[in-house]
Amino acid sequence: MGIVMDMKIKTEAAVKPPIMSAKNVDVSYGKKQAIDNVSLDIPENQITALIGPSGCGKSTFLRCFNRMNDTISTCKTTGEIRFAGQDIYDKKVDVVALRARIGMVFQKANPFPKSIFDNVAYGPRIHDLAENKDHLKDIVITSLKRAGLYDEVSDRLDESGTGLSGGQQQRLCIARAIAVDPQVILMDEPCSALDPIATAVIEDLMEQMKEKYTIVIVTHSMAQAARISQKTAFFHLGKLVEYGETDKIFTNPTDPRTQNYISGKIG
Amino acid sequence: MTDYTSENYIQENYALATSPSLRRRHAKEARFKWYGRIAIMIAFGFLVLMFSTIIFRGAGAFQQTNIALDVNFSEQVIDPSGERNPQALASANYKPLLTAALSKTFPEITARNDKRHLYKLLSSGAVFELGQLVSDDPSLIGTNQTIWLTASSEVDLFMKGKIDANLDETLRRISNKDISYIQALQKNGHIKKKFNSAFFTNGDSREPEMAGILGAALGSFFSLLVCFAIAFPLGIMTAVYLEEYAKKSKLTDLIEVNINNLAAVPSIVFGLLGLSIFLGVFHIPRSTPLVGGMVLALMTLPTIIIAARASLRSVPNTIREAAYGLGASKTQATFHHVVPLAMPGMLTGTILGMAQALGETAPLLMIGMVAFIVDIPHGVTDAATSLPVQIFLWADSPEKGFVERTSAAIIVLLAFLILMNLLAVFLRKKLERRW
Repeated sequence: MGIVMDMKIKTEAAVKPPIMSAKNVDVSYGKKQAIDNVSLDIPENQITALIGPSGCGKSTFLRCFNRMNDTISTCKTTGEIRFAGQDIYDKKVDVVALRARIGMVFQKANPFPKSIFDNVAYGPRIHDLAENKDHLKDIVITSLKRAGLYDEVSDRLDESGTGLSGGQQQRLCIARAIAVDPQVILMDEPCSALDPIATAVIEDLMEQMKEKYTIVIVTHSMAQAARISQKTAFFHLGKLVEYGETDKIFTNPTDPRTQNYISGKIG
Repeated sequence: MTDYTSENYIQENYALATSPSLRRRHAKEARFKWYGRIAIMIAFGFLVLMFSTIIFRGAGAFQQTNIALDVNFSEQVIDPSGERNPQALASANYKPLLTAALSKTFPEITARNDKRHLYKLLSSGAVFELGQLVSDDPSLIGTNQTIWLTASSEVDLFMKGKIDANLDETLRRISNKDISYIQALQKNGHIKKKFNSAFFTNGDSREPEMAGILGAALGSFFSLLVCFAIAFPLGIMTAVYLEEYAKKSKLTDLIEVNINNLAAVPSIVFGLLGLSIFLGVFHIPRSTPLVGGMVLALMTLPTIIIAARASLRSVPNTIREAAYGLGASKTQATFHHVVPLAMPGMLTGTILGMAQALGETAPLLMIGMVAFIVDIPHGVTDAATSLPVQIFLWADSPEKGFVERTSAAIIVLLAFLILMNLLAVFLRKKLERRW
């Protein structure tokens, strides 16, 4: 295996079935309901932004897509989420395989306290993606290049990943996610701790990445959602208020709550 | 417009000078600083007092008075058969050689009673020293050699100035005649204090001058080895399971409460448990480092579990999420990332628990590690005692020579502890990774 170039023939986005689809999803932490009956389709090779005020459940919803909420013992998810037609909450689904297909980048850059090389190589190693050492090195370098980090770190791959700057660490985390060769990459406010320049670098990167990957991003910044995404979903108090083309959401929202949020009246 | 130049205005609203209430706050701060300093000084003072007393008392034990004698290794006396059998050589009767050598050094002393005093200058272990010499090197037989032999404890104490010669003769353990012999030896340079290597190579003995710490030190070492081999893997695995795998329930709460309580159980209770279970049910040989280590492991286990859990909890959750996000299984996330990051804390906790076990006496008393054991243990199943028990035994002995040996043994124990703590610091520094 390894990094195989995307050979799929691109058809029109409208005809293509969504790569992920959520149907009537409810999530609760103990007695508190965090997500209330949300249904949403994620189109392939596009960037979908989830926006909404703090505590609206957008991060919780994002974490349903790779079953990251399973690690929280009080969290209960019902409903149906399909990835390429398969229900990911089905008993037969191996959550390890699921997370290899659907990668994740977190709000706070969390590189392992290991070398840059080992950070990127960890995923391929545990999934046995590399046939030999040279192949592994190849995967690491390709992933770092795709994450736009290789030129900055090519001479110090054996130095600790935690010694990089904040923006570089976040790109290292993206490279680490890419190295496993996933179909979907979930991003949970990846730029919230970065300065505008580092943010711009990552936004450019995402623009290139969507050729090969499907990206779902949670963001606080409406400007960011408007800049990079093709689809935007607005969440409020655990409910999906409005979902549609980004252009339409930001120029001509149908729901007054969306209108209020994007004009800065709530949130 | 506000008149900033008015003196009144500055005083009321822009005053930078101190005020009575500010001064009270500063005084409070200064007072608290001094309370802290005084507390540290008192603690430090006690520490210095403790160390200086122990070192002052124990330093003498690292030196031992020896007496030089011209010994004629007569073949007739020690090996009449001429077989040179090492076993027979070691246990032959060397007393005649010593009496002959002493008579040669003091030819003027002939009276029987005086001669008996003369022999008492030497340790009763001196004959064994000669036996050891000859069995190691049989070529000595038939030659004349000047040999330094261990002096008796009384002579040693006198040489170290711990017996007051001005005291009335009946009140001291050494007579005027003995003193005159010692002075005669001193004149020829035949009596000298030398480094006491026997203290580090001998086991216990009834004679203070022959008693050494090696048996007890090895007993402690083997016990700790067993303790580590049992408590470390068990403790770490328990902590990892409870912290990373177990779902929180009434049962885990109960286990947690009980582990915390176990850490506070008096150590002698663990000794009783060892006595009734390990010795009574499993019939593990008593007085051995094996059973001692098992009892100490029971005692150390809660300490290790608590320390390991605390250090697992301190690993940020983002590391676990990063691993899960890449498709690592729980075991991979735990053993590739969480445990290595928690390892420095776990090791520190373990070594501190072991240091506590090293100083423990009470549980060992219950399982028979308190016996008078002369032989040096060579493994975990040889009868042995331990350093703190040895200190206790020597402190309990009536012979005056044991006083300094007790302190010297405490110095050895403290050295052990300091070494273990240094090891903990070293391991923490070496394994620590920042994120």
